[in-house]
Amino acid sequence: MNEQEARSLLEIADDELILGWRDSEWTGIAPFLEEDVAFSSIAQNEIGHARAIYELLSRERGTTADELAFDRSPGEYRSARIVELRLPEGERTVARHYLYEQADATRLERLKQSNDPAVAGLAAKIDREEAYHRMHAAMWFDRLEHEPRFTAALDDLQPLLDAGRDEHTSELQELWEEMTMVRRSQPVGTAW
Amino acid sequence: MIYEVFRQERKGQPFQHAGSLEAANHDFAESYAKEFYGRRGESQALWVVPREAIIEVEDFVDELNRNYHRVDGYSLKDKLRRARERAGSALVARDR
Repeated sequence: MNEQEARSLLEIADDELILGWRDSEWTGIAPFLEEDVAFSSIAQNEIGHARAIYELLSRERGTTADELAFDRSPGEYRSARIVELRLPEGERTVARHYLYEQADATRLERLKQSNDPAVAGLAAKIDREEAYHRMHAAMWFDRLEHEPRFTAALDDLQPLLDAGRDEHTSELQELWEEMTMVRRSQPVGTAW
Repeated sequence: MIYEVFRQERKGQPFQHAGSLEAANHDFAESYAKEFYGRRGESQALWVVPREAIIEVEDFVDELNRNYHRVDGYSLKDKLRRARERAGSALVARDR
């Protein structure tokens, strides 16, 4: 894999890890059971994608997936600002889901063309699951596209998707504390 | 809208009722059904049916108790037992 691909993979992995975490915050409190199960499943998939990418990257770097995922400081993450936000409003969560899946499809398409079979293969594998996420997002879009609260959320969040990845929201710091709490505590006798 | 979901475990097997779910339309129903009853590879096909489409029948009149319409109407076990008893006592009588 070339440097550009490695950079892109790390961005995707960080996005998926953090978005998966944020989406999982709906588990148990989504508006109805069916959507709770569906959205939780999507959150799990995203974290699974992150793990697969971290594993691929960690083999190149001689480290481990967990070290890559959890042992960096918040400033070192390459996530987009849009995935970092804690969004307790359903319409904003769905708007982010929709915007994210569209952008994600474009970069996966690019990685599927990679000359490195490991990269192209993983991108294709991930994309087959993302196809389902895109369908789910599209169904919600069809239902909500004329709802002013939803369209306002789309307008509001779009700029965060395009904003650079060098600066992060303050919410990433909070999430990082939560996300790495157990790992940092190093309880006696644990081996990760 | 409520949907009823039927699942087929293996090709060729009958579909059996798996459960029901609520969804805004057919597309959502299909996607939720996959999550509920297909995600773990436990089904090889699903039927997702709006509950309204199901014709329910639950009154079965049998005023005269015509149990001979049913397989269990004849208790072969009892008949065999009685026949054996008759045959047994006949043998005993003959031996006398």
